[in-house]
Amino acid sequence: MAPRPAARERFRLGLRAGLGFGAAAFVVGISFGAVAEPLMGSVAPIVMSAVVFAGASQFGATSVLASGGTAATAIATGAMLNARFIPMGVAAASALRGSRLRRAVEGQTVVDASWALAARGEDGFDREALLGGTLPQYPAWVLGTVVGVVAGGALGNPESLGLDAIFPAFFLGLLAAELGRPHAVATALVGGGIALALTPLLPAGLPVLLASLAALIGLRR
Amino acid sequence: MTAVWITIAGLAAATVAIKAAGPLIVGERQLPPAADAVIALLAPALLAALILTDTFAREQDLTVDARAAGLVCAGVAVALRAPLLVTVLVAAVGAAAVRAVS
Repeated sequence: MAPRPAARERFRLGLRAGLGFGAAAFVVGISFGAVAEPLMGSVAPIVMSAVVFAGASQFGATSVLASGGTAATAIATGAMLNARFIPMGVAAASALRGSRLRRAVEGQTVVDASWALAARGEDGFDREALLGGTLPQYPAWVLGTVVGVVAGGALGNPESLGLDAIFPAFFLGLLAAELGRPHAVATALVGGGIALALTPLLPAGLPVLLASLAALIGLRR
Repeated sequence: MTAVWITIAGLAAATVAIKAAGPLIVGERQLPPAADAVIALLAPALLAALILTDTFAREQDLTVDARAAGLVCAGVAVALRAPLLVTVLVAAVGAAAVRAVS
């Protein structure tokens, strides 16, 4: 195994990748602001992005409210869409530092793209890549929401630019790098199969959470 | 309007709790090797699930649309060992191109 670069260098590599994630988060934030403004007014979407900072759950909760659902249903939907952060947090936990409070705070930086960048399988979890990768995404997400709220209707549909294809492509590139590990191909196939098979049956969010059960293949010797 | 603010407060609290759960459950304990072996495989399991649901799911429906074209383009780029940034751009261009002609 090659020695890992120094912490500062790993943080810088995470930050560089995070600038790309931030660009994507900015654009998705614009679409969130534009979608939420007619329902929530101009302040609430920005506050939501600042305090929730989890795109899929914000879209999910907003669409529940827009279709006449209650706050309780909206919260439950958003929470289920975030449930995958529990296994992600377990994987990150061993690399986080300091007191219980400090580790819980550092755990807040887990978002899909940075987590995927920092999860290095048997080599452990790269805390610096996680922190560096998330740092640009937070201001980009909030600022994107502001732009979407202010300019929403005037901007075109982000889907026409193919931006919704960015995250699957990014995850595919990272998955390809993981497939050399023992059992990784089988785990990816089973995990993907679980997610697709459960999508029509369960509320969004749960299929991805339950796909993490595929990792139990690691118990086979 | 009140429902909006209750949702924001509740979802923020739930998200903080969810993200804190892993670090608090595992803490500083040294995990047994079997747990490490499972954790090492969380990335391929969750990445495959995110790729497929981000591409083929609309709420609870499974559909094939321009996102699938983007994923195919990304697959070709990965097979050709393109850098990650190129892979992502190729996917966006592929999905946008399919939408432009359909």
